[in-house]
Amino acid sequence: MTARKELDAELGGTARAWLDEALAEAAHDAAAAPDALRAEVSPCASPPWELRYAAAGRHCGPEHADSVRSLLLVEARAPLSSVTRLYEQGTAAERRAVLLTLHLLDLGDTALPLVEDALRANDTRLVAAAVGPYAADHLDPHAWRHAVLKCLFTEVPVAAVARLADRARGDAELARMLDDFAAERTAAGRPVPEDLRTVLALTAPTAAPAPTEEF
Amino acid sequence: MRIFDPHIHMTSRTTDDYRAMYDAGVRALVEPSFWLGQPRTSPASFFDYFDALLGWEPFRASQYGIAHHCTLALNPKEANDPRCTPVLDALPRYLVKDSVVAVGEIGYDSMTPAEDHALAAQLQLAADHGLPALVHTPHRDKLAGLHRTIDVIRESNLPPEFVLLDHLNETTVKAATDSGCWAGFSIYPDTKMDEDRMVTILQNHGTEKILVNSAADWGKSDPLKTRKVADAMLKAGFTEDDVDQVLWRNPVAFYGQSGRLQLDVLTPDPLHEGNSILRGGE
Ligand SMILES: [Zn+2]
Repeated sequence: MTARKELDAELGGTARAWLDEALAEAAHDAAAAPDALRAEVSPCASPPWELRYAAAGRHCGPEHADSVRSLLLVEARAPLSSVTRLYEQGTAAERRAVLLTLHLLDLGDTALPLVEDALRANDTRLVAAAVGPYAADHLDPHAWRHAVLKCLFTEVPVAAVARLADRARGDAELARMLDDFAAERTAAGRPVPEDLRTVLALTAPTAAPAPTEEF
Repeated sequence: MRIFDPHIHMTSRTTDDYRAMYDAGVRALVEPSFWLGQPRTSPASFFDYFDALLGWEPFRASQYGIAHHCTLALNPKEANDPRCTPVLDALPRYLVKDSVVAVGEIGYDSMTPAEDHALAAQLQLAADHGLPALVHTPHRDKLAGLHRTIDVIRESNLPPEFVLLDHLNETTVKAATDSGCWAGFSIYPDTKMDEDRMVTILQNHGTEKILVNSAADWGKSDPLKTRKVADAMLKAGFTEDDVDQVLWRNPVAFYGQSGRLQLDVLTPDPLHEGNSILRGGE
C-alpha cells in the first residue's frame, strides 16, 4: 500500500486531480450521515465514490489501484453496508482491496463474513488478502487454523498471515494439524512444504517471532 | 505467432484447454457472457456468472499466461424471459469494471419485441459507457436477422465502428462490411463455418476489420480453431503479417476502443498486484 503523500508524488496531474475529487466525494459521504443511519441506505443507492472505487486502476494506474481503493474506503469511513456491497459486487481486485483495508475501518468483527467468503475461494490473491491484520484480530481459533492450513494447501506464502508468530505460539492443536498434514504428504511421497516447517516451529510455546511481510 | 481469440466461453472449458491454447499461441481472449445451455431463472444467477467472468476466470487464465477480458450483457435468448430481464437494470454497475471491454453478446435470437427492447437498451448502455458492442447474428433466418440488426444499430447512438457483428458467413459478410461494423466469424468443427471457407472469405474481402474466433463453449466446438485458421491462411499464401493482423491486431484495435485492454499477463502472485511475465504475443 502506498500512502497518500507518495501517491501524490507518483501520479500525473490528471490522475491526481481525479484522486482529489474522488477522496472529496468519499469525505463528503462520511460527513453526510452518521454511520448508524448510513447502514440503512438501500443497496441501489450507491454513493458516487463507490463508482470511482471500480475505476481507480484506469485513472491512477493498475499498480496504484489497491492503494487508491484503500484510501477511498478509509476516507469514506466506509460502513459495513458499503464494504459488503463493494466486496460482493466487486472484481477480484476490488475484493482484495476491501480485505486489505478492513482493519483500518471501524467495523469490529462485523465484516468477518467477507473474510470467511474469501477463505473459501480458490483464487490465491483473495486467500492472501484474507489472512491480513483483520483476520489476525477477529478469526476464532478454529477458523484461523484452517486459514493457515489453506495457505499451505494453496501455496500462499505464510508471510501473508498477519501476526502469525503471535497466534501460533503454544497452539498445540495447530501443531497437531500440521503434523497430520506433513504425515499425509510424506505417505503420498510428496514433499512437505517448507512453510509448514516454519509454522510448526512457531507453535512451540516459546517460539521466537518470525518476520512477516508488510503489505 | 500471437493469437487473440475475440470470442470464447472459457467457463465451459478445462484447464487443459487453457494449456493447449497457450501452446498454440493464444495470449489473450475475450469471453462474452451468453446462455449457459440451461435456462437461468433469476437475475442472481447472472450476477454469479458475471462475478466468475470478472474474478475466477481471469485468475484461471493468468495461471496459463493468457490475458482474460469479458463482455457482459443480457443475452438475446434470455431477454425473452421476464424472470431474467431485471438484469438490464443491474448492468450499469458491472459495465464500469476494469476487464469489461464491450457490451455483449447482444442481438437477435428469434426476433421478438422483447429482443428488440433488450438490443436497443444495451446499445444505449454501450454508448453511455464508451464501450463497443459484440452483436451476435441469429442462427435461424440469418440474413433477415442481420438486416434488422443493422437497422437497429443505425438508429442507436453507437457508431458502427464500435460494433462487431459476429457469427457471419458467405451470405452475410457483404451486408455486414457495408454497414461499417467490424465483421466476426466463428469457426466451428461442423459445417457452419470452417477454416478453408474462412480463407476464401479473406481472399475475397481482405483482412481489414475482420475477426476470427472459435466461439468454443459447452457444445461441439474447438478452442484451437483460431490457430487452425492461421495455419490455413499461411498455407493459402497469406503472409505472417496478414495473419497477425486478423488474429491479433484487429481484435486489439476493436476491443481497444474501450480503453481497458491490459495485454500484460500478470502472474497470479498472491502477495502482490502481480509481476508481468510476458507481453502478449512475445
Ligand atoms: Zn458466444
